[in-house]
Amino acid sequence: MQMTRKPSDITTDAKSGEVLHHEGEFIINMGPQHPATHGVLHLKIWLEGETIKKIEPHLGYIHRGIEKMCERLSYRQFIFSTSRMDYLSAHINNQACALAVEKALGLEVPPRAKAIRIILAELTRIASHELWWACSGLDLGGVTPFFYAFREREAINDIMEETCGARLTQNFIVPGGVMSDLHHNFQKRVKRVLTQIKDNLHEYDEILTGNIIFQNRLKEVGYLSREDAISYGCTGPAARGSGLSCDIRKLYPYDGYEKLDFDEIIFNEGDCWARYRVRMAEILQSVHIIEQLIDSIPDGEFQAKTKNVIKLPKGQFYQRVETARGELGVFIVSDGAATPYRCKFRSPNFSNLSAIPQMAQGAKIGDLVAIMATVDLVIPDIDR
Amino acid sequence: MEKLHLLFVFSFSWLASHLNMWLRTGIGNSFLLLVTEMLIAGISLLAFLVILCFFLGYMERKVAAFMEIRLGPNRVGPKGSLQIVADTVKLLFKEGLTPDGSDKFLFNLAPFVVVVTSMLAIAPLAFARDFQLWDVNIGIFYVTSISSMAVIGILMAGWSSSNKYSLIGAMRSGAQIVSYELSIGLSLISIVILSGSLRLSDIIQSQANGWWIFKGHIPVLISFIIFIIASTAEINRAPFDLTEAEQELTGGFHTEYAGMKFAMFLLSEYINLFIVSAIAATIFLGGWMPFHIGNLTGFNHAMDYIPSSLWFFGKTFFIIFIIMWFRWTFPRLRIDQLLNLEWKYLLPISMGNTLLVSAMAVFGWYL
Repeated sequence: MQMTRKPSDITTDAKSGEVLHHEGEFIINMGPQHPATHGVLHLKIWLEGETIKKIEPHLGYIHRGIEKMCERLSYRQFIFSTSRMDYLSAHINNQACALAVEKALGLEVPPRAKAIRIILAELTRIASHELWWACSGLDLGGVTPFFYAFREREAINDIMEETCGARLTQNFIVPGGVMSDLHHNFQKRVKRVLTQIKDNLHEYDEILTGNIIFQNRLKEVGYLSREDAISYGCTGPAARGSGLSCDIRKLYPYDGYEKLDFDEIIFNEGDCWARYRVRMAEILQSVHIIEQLIDSIPDGEFQAKTKNVIKLPKGQFYQRVETARGELGVFIVSDGAATPYRCKFRSPNFSNLSAIPQMAQGAKIGDLVAIMATVDLVIPDIDR
Repeated sequence: MEKLHLLFVFSFSWLASHLNMWLRTGIGNSFLLLVTEMLIAGISLLAFLVILCFFLGYMERKVAAFMEIRLGPNRVGPKGSLQIVADTVKLLFKEGLTPDGSDKFLFNLAPFVVVVTSMLAIAPLAFARDFQLWDVNIGIFYVTSISSMAVIGILMAGWSSSNKYSLIGAMRSGAQIVSYELSIGLSLISIVILSGSLRLSDIIQSQANGWWIFKGHIPVLISFIIFIIASTAEINRAPFDLTEAEQELTGGFHTEYAGMKFAMFLLSEYINLFIVSAIAATIFLGGWMPFHIGNLTGFNHAMDYIPSSLWFFGKTFFIIFIIMWFRWTFPRLRIDQLLNLEWKYLLPISMGNTLLVSAMAVFGWYL
């Protein structure tokens, strides 16, 4: 091994003269294989002791070219490729694409399909938050929460399997409605899951929320001010923990959210503990939304009549929805053909990731894990 | 009545004295006799430790499963009891990798240093009435000094791996073990002050009329709790497992270890778990002393019939269960919180507590 350290305390690149690192600094690569990055995220971290001085996220390890792929797929097909972006909100991603296509066509979705979409979307949101809760417990060193959350998540996945045919990437939405009618067990099982969640939520509080070690790990850690949340473009629970009102379901309602009664959860502290409480409260809000709909799913068609080959009029169309992680935007440029001319997704995780170096400024390695846990990144959504 | 007691094979003193007599008649040379006895003791201790670790591994999995509303191992052997054997066989067949760029000598030495220091500390423990390998007059002092040597092995492993995660883990371990030893020492000293001896058999004898945790009122209860917390930190178990914090450092100091070398660290973790629990049981809960209530003679006699080794192992496994309970229900602390807990809370409290205990000992304020 060749030592290239200079007498001075700065190491520079031999060719470009760029400063590589200062004496006493310690560079570690967290990822792309690391237990806390939940996928192939690669964070290059400059450390001084245990204190983080700088973070540089490196992306591209799971880039599949979904946006490019969409240009070759018809408007019925491209919806399903988006299930693989944020796989924990697969149903909501599909919903966003379908809504964009319906907006372009001026298609009216039957009320039954709208209700089914919302119920399944909120179930997806609950399942996603359950997984987030399980993993944030795991990230902070407690293994047991994982199994508690998976009880309820499995029950939701069973419902998905029965109705949609798939557990994770549901692919249940088509332009103009949903693919098929509900399974006849659906209402009964959803009600059972809702009571199960409400009965078991106190166990979550007992094992994790109320734990003093857990609270100390999250409180006053990873501070993100409201201004920073806006300038980094953060959305979803990560921004609502900083006091930013950004729930698309409230601001730009779609599929009939405007008729439902629910609260937008906002906490002003801006730390990990605030983001944690936002998500815990959102689980209950989602339960509340489903309760309003489950007994009064309208009768009628589950799918509007569409042509066999859908062709969008020439123009640009944008639709945003609230996934479990924030605002997902679908931007379609159409030249009148049967496939999109250009498709662009505004993914919530990309913007939320960009705020992590700011949040982790001066934090410890353990704090970085807590920050990543509460921002709840899904890496395939960042790279697409 | 004493004869009836000896009928129990569990009371190892019977076994030990018969073995001794049999050896004395067989081997005339006194030096050879000593060597033979030492060999038998050493080999049986090693066998005991390995079986113990198998059992502790199984117990940990079952306790974890119990906490996590699932079944745990249930395929290999009856109720999954041979799962650990299967895992050990798997580890035996794995390649013992030594990474490039590592300090090969230290890298290969470290697991043995860790295991040997753990095994040494078991010598002065009293497993049953009159059954103790080495009743040294500085028993407590010996155990604490030997167990503090384990940090050398961990630092060795972290440094020689030539991996930054390992190094961070090892440095955390150094800070953690050195800090928490102070509290362990002070909480042990409180009992040494009360019983007036460092010899483990004397400490057990001093609890013949009541265990220290009952006799010593609140101060001893405080030192018991501090001992449990600090020893959990000392043996690097959750919620103090920062040295191997999987989600932060991938594997901490043993990131680069595989196969049997990794199994050595696992082995030493379980031996350490047993040792701290056994020490806590001996010092605070009376070791092999049965549970007695004042003047209830009938009850006390009934308790006497329970073999002394069962008392010892019962108490030890009770404390092991508590420490496992910690692991499966608590999240991990952060490094600065860990050091704050020791230097700002546990250490001042145990110092004040030591003063209280000294006053208790001087004025005889215990039963």
